[in-house]
Amino acid sequence: MKDVSFGQYYPVRSFVHRADPRLKILFLIAFITAIFIAKNFYGLAVCAFVLLLAILFSRVPFLKVLRAVRGVLFLVLFTAVLNLLFRTGEKTYWDGPAVYWSWKIFSVTQEGIVESLFLVVRLILLVVCSSLLTYTTTPVSLTDGIESLLTPLKWIRFPVHELALIMSIALRFIPILMDETERVKNAQMARGADFESGNPVRRVKAVVPILIPLLLSAFRRADELGDAMDARCYSGGKKRTKYKKLRLGWRDLIVFLVGAAMVTGVVLLRIYLGWPL
Amino acid sequence: MRIVAERLNYTYNANSPFAVHALNNVSLTIEEGEFFGIIGHTGSGKSTFVQHLNGLLRLPESKKRKRRKSKKNAPHSTILKVGDFDLTDKKTDFRALRKAVGMVFQYPEYQLFAETVEEDVAFGLKNFSEKKLTKEETAQAVREALEEVGLDYNAVKDKSPFDLSGGQKRRAAIAGVIVTKPEVLVLDEPAAGLDPLGKKELMELLHKLHREWCKTVVIVSHDMDEIAENCTRAAVFSEGRAVECLPPRELFKKTDELLSLGLDVPLTAKIARALKERGIEIDCDFTVDGFVSAVLAKGGKP
Repeated sequence: MKDVSFGQYYPVRSFVHRADPRLKILFLIAFITAIFIAKNFYGLAVCAFVLLLAILFSRVPFLKVLRAVRGVLFLVLFTAVLNLLFRTGEKTYWDGPAVYWSWKIFSVTQEGIVESLFLVVRLILLVVCSSLLTYTTTPVSLTDGIESLLTPLKWIRFPVHELALIMSIALRFIPILMDETERVKNAQMARGADFESGNPVRRVKAVVPILIPLLLSAFRRADELGDAMDARCYSGGKKRTKYKKLRLGWRDLIVFLVGAAMVTGVVLLRIYLGWPL
Repeated sequence: MRIVAERLNYTYNANSPFAVHALNNVSLTIEEGEFFGIIGHTGSGKSTFVQHLNGLLRLPESKKRKRRKSKKNAPHSTILKVGDFDLTDKKTDFRALRKAVGMVFQYPEYQLFAETVEEDVAFGLKNFSEKKLTKEETAQAVREALEEVGLDYNAVKDKSPFDLSGGQKRRAAIAGVIVTKPEVLVLDEPAAGLDPLGKKELMELLHKLHREWCKTVVIVSHDMDEIAENCTRAAVFSEGRAVECLPPRELFKKTDELLSLGLDVPLTAKIARALKERGIEIDCDFTVDGFVSAVLAKGGKP
């Protein structure tokens, strides 16, 4: 926990933070479905409005949430540009030529402009909503939620509990390994290692003095953790109780209702209103 | 090299909900030739402080500070100097600084990575040398470093560092730092995890290094006996501040203050306090030898 704050979790108390992780995961799934059901900008507007409300009630600063888009900015722009250049079509949505510019197989059409705009909005909504989940839910309660949601798979003997355990151990050890990376990196930098300059091959080579000690310590820790679990007679799934039991409350009812209303609204808008407006 | 720090501040994760104020107006001077101790409980900022000494942590160059700098030597600005290196200046040659200030981290054996001990020790040497060293030059420097830390060059040079014993690993790792002959050697809890004999040998090794290789030695330690026995002066860190900076002789007279900070004092200081409660005042430097002679001088009989 030094200069790198782990993950994205934003520690405040809010309506969204305190909602049940299962409901939040389901809501995210509903949201993504709604985005893809939406066939016109009205549908996306409904989703955007719901998302805006969620951000307001999560008390995470708006700019901070938007920053999540930065990570996929390249992807968003890339898709937009591809769509803009390759989309052909004669439809017009406003006064003006249907085709603005064309050269060989590339062309900028009204259809292309509208389509890429639609895609950009869709992608941004998608990314922002997923990152809102990680901003408002600790990794531990996220895995708890996933484990609980996957419980039906136990019927087909899918090792749900083990999977959740692996996930939570992995998450639990990320900050420790990051700390360790920092430490080893510092130690090698103190011995004059340079990770920032040189050509790519050199830079990859420069990582070796960090990677080897890190792997070794990861194995050592895994061994120790295994021993410690054995020493406490740990054995998976059955009959284990939880320290924090997930309980549904009034917040979850609201989350459910909002999600349901949103999906219904988007479906209705898809049926009764056409593309794009 | 003289180390001067004045009004040093450092915050981890600045401007985020995780912000931790690790250093708070730390002012400290370490003279050339000292065997300097830094004590403080976990999270007191001592490790943060020593990481500044070779530029692993840098002072944030804020706009405010730049403005102050233009008003030449404003009275409240931070000063951090190691010898001639001015660490408040962004243009400082940090490579040269790191060559001059060797840093041994906690559990240094965990930084070993190369296939052979020789390669691992030569890592820093190769990184810091201006020109490409010949095989002979490298081997010579590595041999000197390994022998300085008490390892047999011929016996270990081709071994994998991971096949060495715990104590040998630590020595090899220290050799990997001193191989460039730094003027200042900083060690973060060098004796952590060693058995009593290992600790004693390590402190002997550090004294040898202090005499022969590195003019100034700075150690971070929890072990007060170690500080009392070895250091010329020691600084006490608490909650990001350097609250005391005294020779052990004076420092450990403040037993009550140290205990109230959640720190320990050397056994000699505890006994001295117990004797004081019974009306016997002992004036000594709190090393075992010094304490014994002071007691004997009081008691008269040998």
